[in-house]
Amino acid sequence: MDIFLQQLANGLTIGSMFALVALGYTMVYGVMKLINFAHGDMVAASAFVGLTIYTQVMGQATSLPAVIIIFLLSALAMACIGVILERIAYRPLRTAPRLSAVVSALGASLVIQNGIMLIWGPRMRIFPELVPQIYWDFGGVVISLIQVIILVLSLVLMVTLYLFVEKTRMGAAIRAASIDQDAARLMGINVNSIIALIFIIGSSLGAVGGLFIGLYYRGITFNMGWQYGLYAFIAAIIGGIGNIPGAMLGGMLLGLFNAFIAGYISSTWSDAFTFILLIVILIVRPTGILGERVAEKV
Amino acid sequence: MSSDVLFEIKDLEVSYGSIAAIKGISLTVNKGEIVTILGANGAGKTTTMRTISQLLKAKSGSIRFKGQELTSLAAHKIVKLGISHSPEGRRVFGILTVEENLMLGAFSQSRLDKTTLEWVYELFPRLQERRKQLAGTLSGGEQQMLAIGRSLMSNPEMLLLDEPSLGIAPILVKAIFRQIKEISNKGVTVLLVEQNAKAALKLADRGYVLDVGKIALSGTSAELLASERVQEAYLGKKH
Ligand SMILES: Nc1ncnc2c1ncn2[C@@H]1O[C@H](COP(=O)(O)OP(=O)(O)OP(=O)(O)O)[C@@H](O)[C@H]1O
Ligand SMILES: [Mg+2]
Repeated sequence: MDIFLQQLANGLTIGSMFALVALGYTMVYGVMKLINFAHGDMVAASAFVGLTIYTQVMGQATSLPAVIIIFLLSALAMACIGVILERIAYRPLRTAPRLSAVVSALGASLVIQNGIMLIWGPRMRIFPELVPQIYWDFGGVVISLIQVIILVLSLVLMVTLYLFVEKTRMGAAIRAASIDQDAARLMGINVNSIIALIFIIGSSLGAVGGLFIGLYYRGITFNMGWQYGLYAFIAAIIGGIGNIPGAMLGGMLLGLFNAFIAGYISSTWSDAFTFILLIVILIVRPTGILGERVAEKV
Repeated sequence: MSSDVLFEIKDLEVSYGSIAAIKGISLTVNKGEIVTILGANGAGKTTTMRTISQLLKAKSGSIRFKGQELTSLAAHKIVKLGISHSPEGRRVFGILTVEENLMLGAFSQSRLDKTTLEWVYELFPRLQERRKQLAGTLSGGEQQMLAIGRSLMSNPEMLLLDEPSLGIAPILVKAIFRQIKEISNKGVTVLLVEQNAKAALKLADRGYVLDVGKIALSGTSAELLASERVQEAYLGKKH
């Protein structure tokens, strides 16, 4: 029972990080039908940007306001990079064959990854201890303050995003643009602005995810975006790519799944079991758990 | 019929790559009129409509609405000027509800006009009954009503309707055409693309016949109904 509860807590923590990152993949896919392979590397870049803001800008302060500023500045920086990425890597290829955009995405991924390596070096860096090491022991189940912060903040961000997309005018415009861009234009929706907005939201959430990865795992490497990006991408597919609640659900499920594999079998099997889970879900529900509610009439 | 020109196309040419689809057409629509564009499959009717809405860019020529040139504008700016387009194939947002579709129709408005929504529900009571239903689960005819209703939500001065009768049972076509007349009576100018020439000419004041990218014929509906060419090509009458 202890293992179960412990892995439940761990799984929810990892799952929140997967979910935050998965949202970036799924929102971009929803509107542009494009897998933004650079997203995982943006997540990694955010951890390094956060590290630099901590050391260079904030003078290694770890007060609550300082930590909030580190989060906000990192998210802002990644949002800007996301918008620039869309402008130079994806917009010129909007009407080009799908494969061109995929190649461009892979190229952008390599550019960002190598950029991180050039700026911060190829060796592992240690992410600062922005949150005090506080642990609570509930009869053998240990939960850290970091875990609580990651879980609560992720949930707040996800609920906010969900309400924004479902209940606001701009949210409706995002959904319209992801269904039919030309029809959305006829409604007066500026699809270019919607795409920029998607990159801003997706990249900022990914930035928060990157900082969480730094806080939780501490060691950050220039190429870690590949690994976390892949898991988040799988989470997005499991939930139904293009579907926002799907990415949240997929992230949480994959986090829990991985934690239980690690707890009951061995973490060395995580990758293998993750892909088995992906294959099983794609066989049972090819559109993912929440993908496409109804078939559209033509 | 007053003859204030509301909308004017001059020497419009549109091509898809190297293929010319519209080869220099001119037409005018006066305020308050219903004008129809007839033509066989592939004549260029949809191309014309999409170019008016700037979803397609003209190769040359001008499109003016209330004196303003449209060809240099982005597509999303058009509806704000007072031109609303109900596209071919309806293009409703299938995984959104009827009501959400209608709200999106009013996206260009700074605030939702309740009386317009009530008017749309009055024109198409079926939409009110099904307002919580996903648009993709409506029948083809209901989707057409939704597409027209959605395009009315921006309070347009001119409505572009691309084949509202496409794939719809004759009885529903009649009902929809009756409501188009009703919309026109409220002062909305209508540019109607149709293959169903008989129904369109019964409704319209004037018409143009488009033939592989050129205007082959134009005139009042009575003139077109009487013309041999229209009778042979579109009404199936042999002389
Ligand atoms: N995306 C496209 N790429 C290339 N050619 C196109 C494209 N869309 C239309 N065309 C061509 O342009 C011409 C006019 O097409 P358009 O759709 O405007 O005709 P239409 O009059 O609306 O026909 P229909 O009554 O079948 O709807 C056709 O020859 C068509 O093949
Ligand atoms: Mg057509």
